[in-house]
Amino acid sequence: MLSMTEKEKIEEEIRLVPIKKAACIEALKIVQAHRRWVSDESIRDVADILDMSPEEVDSVATFYNLIFRQPVGRHIILLCDSISCYVMGLKGIHEELTGLLGIQYGQTTADGRFTLLPNPCLGTCDHAPALMVDNDLYRDLHPAALADILDKYT
Amino acid sequence: MERPLTQHITFPPLELRQYEAIGGYQAVRKAVRHMQPKDVTALVKESNMKGRGGAGFSTGMKWSFVPMDVPGPKYLVANADEMEPGTFKDRWLLEGNPHQLLEGMIVAAYAIQATEAFVFLRWAYKDAAIAIRKAIAEAYDAGYLGKDILGTGYSLEMHLHTGVGRYMCGEETALLNSLEGKRATPRAKPPFPQVSGLFGKPTIVNNVETLSFIPHIINKGADWFKSLSRTADGGTKIYGVSGRVRKPGAWELPMGITMRELIEEYAGGMKEGYGFRGVLPGGASTDFLIDKHMDITLDFAGVAAAGSRLGTGTMVVLDDQTCPVGFVHNLEHFFAQESCGFCTPCREGLPWTEKLLWAIEQGRGQEEDLELLLRHTEWLGPGNTFCALAPGAMEPLQSALKYFRDDFERHIREHRCPYHDPVPAVPASAHLHHTHHL
Ligand SMILES: Cc1cc2nc3c(=O)[nH]c(=O)nc-3n(C[C@H](O)[C@H](O)[C@H](O)COP(=O)(O)O)c2cc1C
Ligand code: SF4
Ligand code: FES
Repeated sequence: MLSMTEKEKIEEEIRLVPIKKAACIEALKIVQAHRRWVSDESIRDVADILDMSPEEVDSVATFYNLIFRQPVGRHIILLCDSISCYVMGLKGIHEELTGLLGIQYGQTTADGRFTLLPNPCLGTCDHAPALMVDNDLYRDLHPAALADILDKYT
Repeated sequence: MERPLTQHITFPPLELRQYEAIGGYQAVRKAVRHMQPKDVTALVKESNMKGRGGAGFSTGMKWSFVPMDVPGPKYLVANADEMEPGTFKDRWLLEGNPHQLLEGMIVAAYAIQATEAFVFLRWAYKDAAIAIRKAIAEAYDAGYLGKDILGTGYSLEMHLHTGVGRYMCGEETALLNSLEGKRATPRAKPPFPQVSGLFGKPTIVNNVETLSFIPHIINKGADWFKSLSRTADGGTKIYGVSGRVRKPGAWELPMGITMRELIEEYAGGMKEGYGFRGVLPGGASTDFLIDKHMDITLDFAGVAAAGSRLGTGTMVVLDDQTCPVGFVHNLEHFFAQESCGFCTPCREGLPWTEKLLWAIEQGRGQEEDLELLLRHTEWLGPGNTFCALAPGAMEPLQSALKYFRDDFERHIREHRCPYHDPVPAVPASAHLHHTHHL
């Protein structure tokens, strides 16, 4: 069940657009902001509010890289795996990071602290390699800097 | 050297009052009070401003396709998706001077008499989101947005839309689908968005750098804009360089500087110990250029004459210690992943391309793979797919097969990557042992 807050926020988005369906992505973003991920149940709830079929909502949800259809950890690590970062030492960053976390791309640490995802170019290629943890951007990375970065997130 | 786009970039960016103090919002005042919408479009057309989002289409011309006599809403969208690997120029403008973009958007919206405007911003640009949200609120408070702007009767609402991550959202018709809450698949053209765009209404989509230039063109005129450039394409351009150069970065420079100036002077040349092999001049979807192209001019015609595209003007340098096959594999991995899957050649062909490259890179490539890759560059080339993503994906590949063919062949012949996997010094006895087994 969607909470009152979620419902109200979605209703607000619906008022901004000429047809209900057009609020679909915004609705998914609202649900994810409250629950960190979008479950099958949430898909059905969103579909109800927007007069869409759950399949239709799911087809939108699964299209976008940053709508999560599986549970994720408390913090999301987006490691840039695009070209400038590749040239500037992605391999070393990736090895160190997966070593420290003990997980591969797409996985969540056993303590639920981190989910690691590859991400296309973060738009900071002149400071490659780069990654983001939640809202924080880290640039000019060196493998030796990673442990301290992870320590900031509990 | 004038740097209109970037001279007032600061972090944090100028607040509205500070922006006004350096002449900000004068272009809005001038346009909405003293110019007819069609005069604004005519001025931009006269300036010969070409879109900075990659395709280089005339901005004034694009605006002039909007039917001005139809009733109902019209829309303006700033394309701030910027997900092309190697491209980081719009981020600078978004984070460093959001009011400049907003001012350009208001003037552009006025020119086409749009009633609503959107900034379509990618998810990862968190600082830009904060800056733009704040700037929009300030502009409303000051009467530059909302109902009856500066008492002229013209009204405009502006919204910030943050994306949820997909390269396709940058393609202008896919962007409109995404704004409508749908999957970001492209639309058939015609009708062009200028006639039937967002919710079926006339819509203009322009790049952030394009729109950020508009206030300056309004204030200083078409001739001034042309005079900024060294070549027929007017204005300055934000160029960028990443890769193993001494000083990676971005610079606003006259349109038409040479590649040599950019890479050797501004980016400081190659890092100690690295040599130059090639460069993607305008982001991941452009053809490699090499040594012999160093003196070309970096404008739309100059780069096209050399067999590539100016694209976003942000370049990625390939050095002599990075494997060209690995480099291209990384690019095709990106394109295969970001293909929207809507049309078959791209949906099937890009993963195939990626697998072939991976096999070659791993030393498992076959002689005939190169022929197969070449044929992919035709199958996925212009005219064979629904949008420009697939042809864009083939540009670095086709040029790599041309310029770095030896590297591909060596991988196949030696069954290994000569870059990642250097041959260890082999003692003579090992050789004997080896031949013994043969
Ligand atoms: C797959 C794909 C991704 C694109 N991404 C962007 C982008 O992130 N930003 C952008 O301005 N243009 C992008 N474009 C180009 C746009 O479709 C469009 O040409 C541009 O926004 C028009 O703006 P302009 O006329 O100001 O250049 C992309 C094109 C394709 C095919
Ligand atoms: S070329 Fe690729 S990205 Fe473009 S419509 Fe076809 S499948 Fe989608
Ligand atoms: S390639 Fe990693 S930030 Fe652009």
